Amino acid sequence: MSGISHELVQQQFPEAEWDEVAGALIVAPEKAQEVAKWLLDHDTLTLDYCSNVTGVDYLERETKGKIINDAGEEETINKIEPGRIDVVYHLYSMRNKTGPLVLKQQTERDKAEVASLTPVWRSCELQEREIYDLFGVKFKGHPDLRRILMWDEFEGYPMRKDYIEPFDYEWEPTPHDEILEKHKKGKVFV
Amino acid sequence: MEMTTGNTSPGIDLDDATRLELERAGVIVSQVDFLYNWARGGSVWPLTFGLACCAIEMISSATSRFDIARFGSEVFRPSPRQADLMIVSGTVTKKMAPQVVRIYNQMPEPKWVIAMGACAISGGPFKQGYNVLKGIDRYIPVDVYLPGCPPRPEAVLQSLNYLQEKIRNQDIRNDPAFTEGRRQYPIPEFTGTDLEPPYNPEVWSPPKNPNAKSEETPEKSVA
Repeated sequence: MSGISHELVQQQFPEAEWDEVAGALIVAPEKAQEVAKWLLDHDTLTLDYCSNVTGVDYLERETKGKIINDAGEEETINKIEPGRIDVVYHLYSMRNKTGPLVLKQQTERDKAEVASLTPVWRSCELQEREIYDLFGVKFKGHPDLRRILMWDEFEGYPMRKDYIEPFDYEWEPTPHDEILEKHKKGKVFV
Repeated sequence: MEMTTGNTSPGIDLDDATRLELERAGVIVSQVDFLYNWARGGSVWPLTFGLACCAIEMISSATSRFDIARFGSEVFRPSPRQADLMIVSGTVTKKMAPQVVRIYNQMPEPKWVIAMGACAISGGPFKQGYNVLKGIDRYIPVDVYLPGCPPRPEAVLQSLNYLQEKIRNQDIRNDPAFTEGRRQYPIPEFTGTDLEPPYNPEVWSPPKNPNAKSEETPEKSVA
């Protein structure tokens, strides 16, 4: 158990949303730095350590939802849930030995931009760069936003679900799995 | 002892019994090849250079438990200018590959390369990954392939023994180290998706499909 009550945060920031399934506190990017500072400076919470920053990519998907139609009957319709990227922070308190509190920022996929929490927790710096590199999320207020794993000329964001890897399969004497499929389709470079 | 430079065998040709008899009398008769290769094979100095988890095993082979010093290779040199052997220990990412080739180019002759572990040989479990090179032999010539994931330190020592055997059998008159000067290979450049060129045709080319039906469409094959 994390030992951290999310209600305490929501009392201060009523617009912060608690996701029961994910166990995460969702904050808007505009408010994120303020919330982060408050969590760090709080007398009892004192979340002084950000252990992990990561990204999650959600593609646009169809979900089934129920509505009441004009005739007053319940009807099942298909809803389209827009794609989004979540940036997830795991926060701990070294002083109280409590945690984690999961903090999330959500952003759209096309123009992905969230607030950088590096000014609050220095340990975010490299991990935010990694998310910038592999997910293509811009971090507003990051002191040194550059690619970290891939080279500067690299195109695309490999951790996104719609990333298409370059086709560089070559002929192999004993193909299997993916390469066997490519062989069958005649799509392997000789 | 006469030093010969022609293509014939060295001037003195003795059978083993005579050689031993002479040795007992304090006269050592040998060939330049043998002496030279004995000295080279007994002091192969590796480069201090590790890329991934294989590097841990390579480091272990230098510790007292396995002790690479028994084979004369304990001097891990921090500069490529002083090293003879490059142990490519670990995954070569596409971002790292130009640097590996650059370091190889900086090494003086004679120089050898051991490709250590599945990743350095072929990309291993990361083959076809967007960021991993499918074997360092695409850009530089490899002398000994050492398979394993990762190979044990004993295997590192055995690969060194194989390399020493190779060195012992080298003919110094036809050795590229003396006939061609320092071998250098072009450093690949980064593009949007891959390295350019994807391999150096001088040292490596992809295997050809022997069952390929037509020569006119070489890009595609049907298995």
